[in-house]
Amino acid sequence: MKMKRASKIYTALIMIFLFAPIAILLVFSFNEAKSLSVFTGFSLKWYRELFRDTETLRAVLNTLLLAVSASLVSTVMGTAAAVGINKLRNKVLRSTLDSVTNIPMINPDIITGISLMLMFVFVGRLFGAATSLSFWTMLISHITFCLPYVILQVLPKLQQMDKALPEAAMDLGCTPLRAFFKAELPEIMPGVITGLIMAFTMSLDDFVISYFTAGNGFQTLPIRIYSMTKKTVTPKMYALATIIFFVILSLLLLSNFYDEEAMNKRRQKKKSKEKQPQAPNVKLKTQN
Amino acid sequence: MNDKTRRLIQRLTLTPYSVWAVLFIVVPLLFVAYYAFTDQNFHFTFDNISRFFTATSVVDNGETTREVHTYLVIFMRSLKLAVISTVVCLVMGYPLAYIMARASERTQSVLLTLIMIPMWMNFLIRTYAWMTILQDTGILNGFLSALHLGRIHIIGTESAVVIGMVYDYFPYMVLPIYSIMAKLDVKLLEAASDLGCPGLSVLRRVIWPLSIPGVLSGITMVLIPSISTFYISQKLGNGKFFLIGDAIEGQYTANNLHFAAAIAFILMVILLVCMALMQKLANRRLVAA
Amino acid sequence: MKKIVEIKNISKSFGDNVVLDNINLDIYDNEFITLLGPSGCGKTTLLRIIGGFEVPDQGDVIFMGENINGLPPHKRNVNTVFQRYALFPHLNVFENVAFSLREKKVPKDEIQKAVTDMLSLVALKGFEKRSVTSLSGGQQQRVAIARALVNQPKVLLLDEPLSALDLKLRKDMQVELKNIQKATGITFIFVTHDQEEALSMSDTVVVMTEGHIQQIGTPPDIYNEPQNAFVADFIGESNILDGVMLEDYKVRFSGHTFQCLDKGFAPRETVDVVVRPEDVDIVPEEKGHLRGIVTSVTFLGVHYEIIVDIGGFKWMIQTTDFHDVDEHIGLFIEPDAIHVMKKSKFSGMFGDYSSFSDEMDEIGEVDLEELEAESETTK
Repeated sequence: MKMKRASKIYTALIMIFLFAPIAILLVFSFNEAKSLSVFTGFSLKWYRELFRDTETLRAVLNTLLLAVSASLVSTVMGTAAAVGINKLRNKVLRSTLDSVTNIPMINPDIITGISLMLMFVFVGRLFGAATSLSFWTMLISHITFCLPYVILQVLPKLQQMDKALPEAAMDLGCTPLRAFFKAELPEIMPGVITGLIMAFTMSLDDFVISYFTAGNGFQTLPIRIYSMTKKTVTPKMYALATIIFFVILSLLLLSNFYDEEAMNKRRQKKKSKEKQPQAPNVKLKTQN
Repeated sequence: MNDKTRRLIQRLTLTPYSVWAVLFIVVPLLFVAYYAFTDQNFHFTFDNISRFFTATSVVDNGETTREVHTYLVIFMRSLKLAVISTVVCLVMGYPLAYIMARASERTQSVLLTLIMIPMWMNFLIRTYAWMTILQDTGILNGFLSALHLGRIHIIGTESAVVIGMVYDYFPYMVLPIYSIMAKLDVKLLEAASDLGCPGLSVLRRVIWPLSIPGVLSGITMVLIPSISTFYISQKLGNGKFFLIGDAIEGQYTANNLHFAAAIAFILMVILLVCMALMQKLANRRLVAA
Repeated sequence: MKKIVEIKNISKSFGDNVVLDNINLDIYDNEFITLLGPSGCGKTTLLRIIGGFEVPDQGDVIFMGENINGLPPHKRNVNTVFQRYALFPHLNVFENVAFSLREKKVPKDEIQKAVTDMLSLVALKGFEKRSVTSLSGGQQQRVAIARALVNQPKVLLLDEPLSALDLKLRKDMQVELKNIQKATGITFIFVTHDQEEALSMSDTVVVMTEGHIQQIGTPPDIYNEPQNAFVADFIGESNILDGVMLEDYKVRFSGHTFQCLDKGFAPRETVDVVVRPEDVDIVPEEKGHLRGIVTSVTFLGVHYEIIVDIGGFKWMIQTTDFHDVDEHIGLFIEPDAIHVMKKSKFSGMFGDYSSFSDEMDEIGEVDLEELEAESETTK
């Protein structure tokens, strides 16, 4: 279906609104001067300065470390939880668990952050520690807000799966545990992977909860950006933003490319079945 | 699978998460209430809660001065800006979601990617970009003065905060609506036209009612973060206690944990009531439809 | 014949719902046995108990003389063909069939041979590399059978395996399943709610309802000598009438005394009498044992199905001759067309076609009135 002219113009306007600020950051990251409104000449000096900023580089590493650990732990625990929830026959228990799972997604991040911080501080004081906030409190917090997203991705896959699959595997000689890995896990794998990716990006991106639960010694990139933007504005920030933008862009293009490959393969397989445009199941974390 | 193994599997898979959820989701929320209703020495008190409703400050706008309820004013301002941002997002986003859902499969996936790119940029950076644009010496004013249109002062105003919120949360409005609309059966629309529904009428009588679940989830996803934000208001707004999120963050940095907890507690209760009302509204709509 | 599975006093409930109530059943080697009954009768639960997927609340499952109550599914020498096949979508045809052999760590060349043999048995040679999701329903069915049989189980459990197929394919698969069973000599325990399927394939049919076995027998036994009104109604069409056994070989129903082949009832015992619709001869009114008026006629291709009102009781009769609505006809019933059963708790619940014919009446009347109204306006 061809888009009508008015639709095209409208979409273009929205895209300008969405991308103009990013474009400006891009352009001014190469500005020679410190000015935010006048482009005086091309230069890479802000990039050079960024790469000399060890604190920011350390923050990048910290962020990755945190995101990898949080997403792995939450994916394993969340997948197991989804399997358990799916088998739960007790309705009261099930709806209670569902509501609790929803809390971190519905609650504003600031409340999740404050609540975890209050508990950590209280427990820390109980043990006489001056400050209990550290990498570990942050990791716990990140796992906590990632878990619901993993569960939400895996649970529908389990519900769609033919309940007889694990039974068939057991029938053919698998123990229940082996049946899970050989018959059930391959079926729900797409959900597990999406859950892992979502958990990873959520953790990477989080500022608010990290802000409240981070210890002094451990700084993530968003917290670093926050402290950078608190002081005087330098175009070093723009350089950082530009790099982040291109990393995200290439990741998105790559995943889109793989999606399309997979879609093409599926299409070849099921020639008879008509494929409808797939709407993504959008469940996103809102920030701040 | 027999009952015994089923129960064993359930215990093995559910226990870690259940323990985790109680320890790190439920208990922390109890701590918010606990801190909200205690003083520095953890004695029970209503002071923190009542301070939210009674604390006053003096507003001086040059000629007259008047006393206002500090936190109530802040809360009402947060609510107002969040509602305005949500409405703007809805008005801007709904047509886009509709256009996307009706476009070809390829266009859909391209547009989807385009909408998600800014979303995956950290919102601090996005907000920061707007600050550089809207500053008095920023790009917007540079542009305007280059065209001899004069300068405008927008940074530090409520409009700047609304722009920031709309920009940051716009995708959260579009995506849920789009995902509902993309699932709408084309045959349904054809059936509607077949039954003599003209285009606009199809939109009003078929598409809109069916897209309401998406609209409601879009509204929640924009309203909740914008009512509780503190960074956007710090960068684009002015003043320390601009929005309710700033108030919480300010009390936290000042190490007034008990009062910070009280504000968070009140915010949480209000949001809970709002969500319950909205759920009820949605249910009634579904029943009516 | 050797007993291979013995079900002894098995009961099972889910919550308050008693699904199986003290079931006893012997299953013999090399037998094609069908558990037949309406949905919710407990047949699938019984199958799952044999497969090891459910544990009975009480009673024992004896497999080749050994109690296997506590044995998990993967240790039982039985395999299952699931209702929706439950093929592993992430594996191709070959790997699906090879699944249990790989689990047993069978050497590769043996696997290759066993799988190839199995696939040729189910006529799927050359499909090894195909994805199971690309197969048709019938082909998936064959893969499921091959996958279950490659293990050479003593018993194959089949849980409504044909219900997802369309009518024609189902008929073909019925024949094929029977052939495979004969070729392999494996005991098949087959669950279905389709009585035609049960009659055409089985050596033994077990009719179940409400957690009880109603009758066990060969297909002709079940059809010709149903033990109660439920079985008579569930297997084929039946007119079931209240009767009185006057003496041996003499039964009275519908206001007429008939010769019959049944005996051994108490004098003047009230009984249920079954007359199959195809066993009734239609004769001129004055020559019949019974007289009635045709209330509806349905053409079904091979024959007509007509509903006849005899003294308020609606009979169903199948005939190859056309009789119009409102025609007065006589019914002639031979002694061997009459089957007498003891009264049971199902008496009076089945075998009357009045609800069926009422509907027809109403529709007929409306049509008639409309037609008349139309003809009047055209005049």
